Amino acid sequence: MRKRLTLAIATAFVLALPATSQVPDRSAPPALGAPRPLQLPAIQRFKLSNGLPVVFMEKRGVPIIQVNMMVKTGSAMDPSDRSGLASLTAAMLDEGAGALSALELADAIDFLGARISTGAGAHTSSVALHTPVSKLAEALPLMADIAIRPRFDVEELERLRKERLTSLLQWHDQPSTIASITFSTKLFGPRHPYGLPGMGNEQSLRAMRVADLRRFHEAYYHPNNAALIVVGEISRGELEKHLEAVFGGWKGRTTATVNWPDAGQVEQRTVYLVNKPGAAQSEIRIGRIGVPRTTKDYFPLVVMNTILGGSFTSRLNQNLRETHGYSYGAGSFFDMRPLPGPFMAYSAVHTAVTDSALAEFFKELNGILKPIPDNEFEKAKNYLALGYADNFESVGQIAGMLADMILYNLPDDYFNTYVEKVLAVKKEDVERVAREYIVPGKTLVVVVGDKAVIEKGIRRLNLGKLEVLSVEDVLGNKPRL
Amino acid sequence: MKKLSLALLIPLVVLSAQDKGLTVPYEMFRLENGLTVILHEDHTIPRVAVNVWYHVGSGHEKPGRTGFAHLFEHIMFEGSGNVPEGMFDVWLEAAGGDNNGSTTTDRTNYYENLPSNALELALFLESDRMGYLLDAMSPAKVDGQRDVVKNERRQRYENQPYGMVWIVMARALYPGNHPYSWPTIGSMEDLSAASYEDVVEFFKKYYVPNNASLVIAGDIDPKTTRSLVKKWFKEIPAGKPVEPIDPPAAFLASEKRLTMEDRVQLPRLIMAWLTPPAYDPGDAEMDIAANILAGGKNSRLYKRLVYEMQIAQDVSAFQWSAALASSFWIVATAREGHTLAEIEAVIQDEIDKLKMEQPATRELQRAVNQFEAAFLDGLETSSRKADQLNAYYVRTGNPDYFNEDLARYKAVAPSDIRSMIQTYLRDEARVVLSIVPTGKKELAAPNSSEVKP
Repeated sequence: MRKRLTLAIATAFVLALPATSQVPDRSAPPALGAPRPLQLPAIQRFKLSNGLPVVFMEKRGVPIIQVNMMVKTGSAMDPSDRSGLASLTAAMLDEGAGALSALELADAIDFLGARISTGAGAHTSSVALHTPVSKLAEALPLMADIAIRPRFDVEELERLRKERLTSLLQWHDQPSTIASITFSTKLFGPRHPYGLPGMGNEQSLRAMRVADLRRFHEAYYHPNNAALIVVGEISRGELEKHLEAVFGGWKGRTTATVNWPDAGQVEQRTVYLVNKPGAAQSEIRIGRIGVPRTTKDYFPLVVMNTILGGSFTSRLNQNLRETHGYSYGAGSFFDMRPLPGPFMAYSAVHTAVTDSALAEFFKELNGILKPIPDNEFEKAKNYLALGYADNFESVGQIAGMLADMILYNLPDDYFNTYVEKVLAVKKEDVERVAREYIVPGKTLVVVVGDKAVIEKGIRRLNLGKLEVLSVEDVLGNKPRL
Repeated sequence: MKKLSLALLIPLVVLSAQDKGLTVPYEMFRLENGLTVILHEDHTIPRVAVNVWYHVGSGHEKPGRTGFAHLFEHIMFEGSGNVPEGMFDVWLEAAGGDNNGSTTTDRTNYYENLPSNALELALFLESDRMGYLLDAMSPAKVDGQRDVVKNERRQRYENQPYGMVWIVMARALYPGNHPYSWPTIGSMEDLSAASYEDVVEFFKKYYVPNNASLVIAGDIDPKTTRSLVKKWFKEIPAGKPVEPIDPPAAFLASEKRLTMEDRVQLPRLIMAWLTPPAYDPGDAEMDIAANILAGGKNSRLYKRLVYEMQIAQDVSAFQWSAALASSFWIVATAREGHTLAEIEAVIQDEIDKLKMEQPATRELQRAVNQFEAAFLDGLETSSRKADQLNAYYVRTGNPDYFNEDLARYKAVAPSDIRSMIQTYLRDEARVVLSIVPTGKKELAAPNSSEVKP
């Protein structure tokens, strides 16, 4: 194939380009000019006649549009005996809505080439429509049916119950899932909204009734507790007309605000070793409770984490992957949410070097508490500031950024001032937040791996109290259908 | 191939954005050393995507050195003559850029996404490793990445439930001397055997400008970019022409029925057939057939196995398109209390139905509409456009093949689906692999013989 290609292409190419006298100087990377600033279309805010707020960015280029409904309630509001309710409610929205059954609805959406997805996080539920602009008028009424008029048919609930119980069963196969669930359960405890998997557990899934779903939907899905985020190739006038027609008549009440309990911080380093016989790798999670998204230390923390484990050249990845060859990748993050979320360092390492890898983790967690070299600090700031524009290329990405803006009440100029705020971060603040929030001696350590091979080495590290768990201790018994 | 020569008759300089339909205007030129260069302007955000394809993949490997093309991909990031070890990533990150690469059976790609003011940095880095990689190569670097790649194999295959399926299936689908019969990740033994000398030989043979194509898409001025490309790449000497692979025929002489145990809770059935290469007649039809069988709630297999009978947790189907021979896969996981024999019977029944009776017009149109919408999604980011321009150029000679590609799907008739399924999804030329929980061979599809990963 290549032979024929080359022949054909030779005639079509612009050949014999004029010789250039430029000779590259390879002794140093080329000097770069000033970066061009990101220029985003304006963020427009308006309300429909029922009060439903709309945040809109008109983005031209590709005839696609993203319409996300954000409901400001998620699994954090699950009743204690119905964990998984927000998630199951969201999953049931498109299993039949308005005049259409589950199959009819899916057929109508697929035929348009549109996608409508539903889901719930800890603090939000969402219905997201992604569609060619040419199909918007047909897709929007389907989206409105899904968000406002779900049927919650009992047969569909029974089907999803089976599907979810089976998913719980399949978690027993997945070392990374087991590690993450162990970490959040042990860190936040079973009474905190971040301590339980959003999908719930066997008991709560078995207890779920149609009435529970209806109650949750009626309580939280209404215009005073929701917002629409729209990004795409459409004028504001046309958009308003479309949205008013399908969402304008939606009526609802107000939702009471709730105070959640504080999770207790980790005061003593503890190791949880979850036994997974025969595992080729050990999944490692190390961390403690971090900060809420509204923290005043947001920018220094983001810079600090970039240095520690937020990029490829970060210390954790360089150490565990490049220097030692223990892993395919390692990193860390602060999961910032309305309430303080976790700080977590993570990797999957070759079973035989699990103890050595843990030692290197703590070397880096302690190392970040020391003064940070200028070049590392500057690199991290530039990586974040100059890379920021990458979050604004597709309609889905931009809608995601706007969702954060709504959820955390960020000002309208937030995107346009982000770069200067990152560049203004001071090194002493980065060093301060490392000492304040990392605290390597007061962390939870989770290792999911082959106990017979790794336990002795981990004990020798003397990290703290070590508790051995089975997968069933963490996930519960395997559900039977 | 028919469309190829037609496309090449169009002058390949600048295509007008006024053309109807999907079009990604580009400029294309070639340096004297044979490097093909494709430029595309998009000023949506001040970023640029640099995308290099080397026309070498695991299909070019020698037996005993499987996984080498991918190991080599890792080594490409470890520094070159004028880029000290580690600085490739450090300099890019300091400029606000990200980078990665990937290896398939057919090609290896490398890309940087970075602010447009840093374009020249990417050109410096890419040209330096194209021209001077060996000046900085050492056995220690090979050893370091060998360990990383072994960890990648552990993480993505060995420690994943059902992760060894890909490795077993490659072996079962292709004859032993076919270049697709080994996995891109390679075997642990071969990764251990790879030597410094192998790196030198591979680089000299395949990593030459005449075996590469470079796409730059995004916030660029084409004139300036053209001279920057010349500045950094023209001094790299051309290599010997790379001979195309001459693969043995890929065929399945009979049905293979295999069982493998894995540490999983539920059994999974994998059925696969050999199908026409990417862009050949039949390729788009099989893509659509996959959607009709398992794309969405109303697809035939999802509707029966998951929605109505509720004996499967999931089902998927896809046409895995590749240059030498594609494969068509159906994958389904049985729920607790159900066997793969039950699952297989339903799949067989649905395939037989499509052999007897063509799909409904609406059913076909629903699939085509989804493909059409997905084409729009592919135009949203410069990085996706860059990789697609490169892919189209390599496979068809025309980087802006978007309309022609979509036209393949739009031209499919219901009767084409039936005839392609009759031709390619034959019972007597397929692999049926059962993955069962350790110690539960009774859950496998009948008449399967045991296979080890």
